[in-house]
Amino acid sequence: MSCDCSNTPSNQPAQTPPPSARRGFMLKFGIGLMGIGGAIASIPIIGYAITPALKKYKNSWIDLGGTEDFPEGETRLGKFTNPNASPTDGESAEQAVWVRSYKPAQFQVFAVNCAHLGCPVKWFQQSKLFMCPCHGGVYYEDGSHASGPPPRGLFEYKWKIVDGRLLIDAGRLPGLEQSV
Amino acid sequence: MFRSIKNMVGGLLGWTESRSGVISFVQPILTHRVPRDAKWWYVFGSASLMFFSIQVVTGILLATMYAPSAAEAYSSLQYIDQEVPFGWMLRALHAWSSNAMILMVVIHMSQVFLHASFKFPRELMWMVGVLLLFCTLALAFTGQIMRWDQDAYWGLGIGAAIVDRVPVLGNQMRNVMLGGPYIGGATLSRFFALHVFVLPGLTIALIGAHMALILKNGISEMPKPGMVVDPKTYVEEYEERIKKTGVAFMPDAAQRDMVFCGLMLIIVGFLAWYLGPVGPNGIPNPTIIDANPRPDYAFLWIFTAMALMPPQIETAVLLIAPPIVVLFLLGLPLISNRGERAPSRRPGAVLAYVLIATALGTLTWLGVVSAWSPVMDAWTSLPTPVKYLVGRTPLEMQGALVLQHSQCRNCHSLGGEGGLRGPNLDNVGSRKSWDQLVRQVQQGGGNMPAYGKNLSSAETTAVVAFMTTLRNAGAPESSIPGAMERQSSPDQAPKAVASEAGK
Repeated sequence: MSCDCSNTPSNQPAQTPPPSARRGFMLKFGIGLMGIGGAIASIPIIGYAITPALKKYKNSWIDLGGTEDFPEGETRLGKFTNPNASPTDGESAEQAVWVRSYKPAQFQVFAVNCAHLGCPVKWFQQSKLFMCPCHGGVYYEDGSHASGPPPRGLFEYKWKIVDGRLLIDAGRLPGLEQSV
Repeated sequence: MFRSIKNMVGGLLGWTESRSGVISFVQPILTHRVPRDAKWWYVFGSASLMFFSIQVVTGILLATMYAPSAAEAYSSLQYIDQEVPFGWMLRALHAWSSNAMILMVVIHMSQVFLHASFKFPRELMWMVGVLLLFCTLALAFTGQIMRWDQDAYWGLGIGAAIVDRVPVLGNQMRNVMLGGPYIGGATLSRFFALHVFVLPGLTIALIGAHMALILKNGISEMPKPGMVVDPKTYVEEYEERIKKTGVAFMPDAAQRDMVFCGLMLIIVGFLAWYLGPVGPNGIPNPTIIDANPRPDYAFLWIFTAMALMPPQIETAVLLIAPPIVVLFLLGLPLISNRGERAPSRRPGAVLAYVLIATALGTLTWLGVVSAWSPVMDAWTSLPTPVKYLVGRTPLEMQGALVLQHSQCRNCHSLGGEGGLRGPNLDNVGSRKSWDQLVRQVQQGGGNMPAYGKNLSSAETTAVVAFMTTLRNAGAPESSIPGAMERQSSPDQAPKAVASEAGK
């Protein structure tokens, strides 16, 4: 031990009392400085935390495959990697859509996400229905609401054909507020 | 020898005490006086704390092996389960102890509510306790995400779909929740940060506040009818009674806590060993559309409410009910902070508790059954009961095939197997006439899709012919009075003994 502190007389506060006016100013100055520093520091902190709300995520045209993969009269599962994928996404970056071809070169592309609360709907070719495993939402082959709690039909993607490839306009997990 | 060790320990304690004051700090806490009648009803708070401690310890250890990356989380969990010594046991303990913690917190809260312990001067203890309840549930929800399986993925999807319904800011709020426009690596990372840093930190701080308030206000006594809480005189009277009849927390009350906590720990440890870890189930690949997502037990009642609520009020309820529930729970001791504490003198409160508990219990049970969900593989996995096929005409046999093939049994059961969404078809022929069945199949209604465009008229005829044979033994075919001409048609003649034939 470098010092035997128990023998040192305790500091006498009365010895050098700082002028109260100066102490009052120092305190206010300190609080003000902390406030300014905190405000500056909070810009990147809050900005970082809410980045996903500020950033504009753009849709893009995504290739689902050749039109021959989606024969007329059938509804098949199309797969793509979401355009916002990052290296840490793994398999969760993959997305699925139901592609219905009802006339030559005429498609309907449905989100697999139920319009109720987003569970994956499954297509049944025999009864020509989409059924949801969560709360029992059912849709007809054209995506319109058949029964159950969904407030609307399945979400539909915009599509186009370029050089024999089927492209869809995607960039967001489908949900009720904005469709896709 | 013994004496010198004792001296050494004493010296060490003295040395530490003179420099830290730890003994004089801890001793009054351990020996603070509690009511003599605070017995077995008072063990559930301690048990909640114990299970939280288990969560902290097992959680830290799991974090040393778990990879919080969407690309690797799933395989790291399998690695922990299968390769790491005791890894499966730690995951099992973490999962079952979390269920136990929720249970203890709910029982503790029930006791405090039924005994009105939240009344003056313990309003703040209740409010902090309510915040701890929400922390516990938030930890459970974010913990479910850590499993990063299909339940986690689609559970997040459901959360996102709910947030999406917020007017104006829905999309932005959803993106903040998911860390982008899709569920992915950023989503898991932020829920990981919540689960291991933010929520445990908050919980520890709130537990500290909860305990400090216990020391300040004391543990409430068992309620006695006629012993009313009057804020003007309560504190004085309480302290006088405690001084006269109170006992030291350590050991008088703590011994009961220890017995109960030890018992619970052994039970949960056994459960964890016997039942094993929870999940991960299917790989969180959103293109696997055979997923059948279900939330953990604590959230099943919400899952049920979502299925049974009228769709028109759903968005309003989703957005308005949670803040009302939170405000009501937090504000409860401000609404009622004086008067009787005994349940026998508070019939309204007891009734409210029974109603809420029954509702939550029923919703949870309905969620386990989830009758509203189609059984997605019923049409391929469940055979048509043979007794329903014996003695049938070719047309009726064809109808049985149509019924099986058109996924009818995903929602309708036959012979006790199949979906529960629609009525069972075992004796549908006694309930509905030929014409009613045709109408129901073609036009749907009563929550059934219309099959008019999806079945040919031959298929419809066949399936209806089959269904008219599904009757209780000896029961006649259902018919609309006056509409008897159908029975004269030869290939649709009633099979009054059809159901008996198979027995």
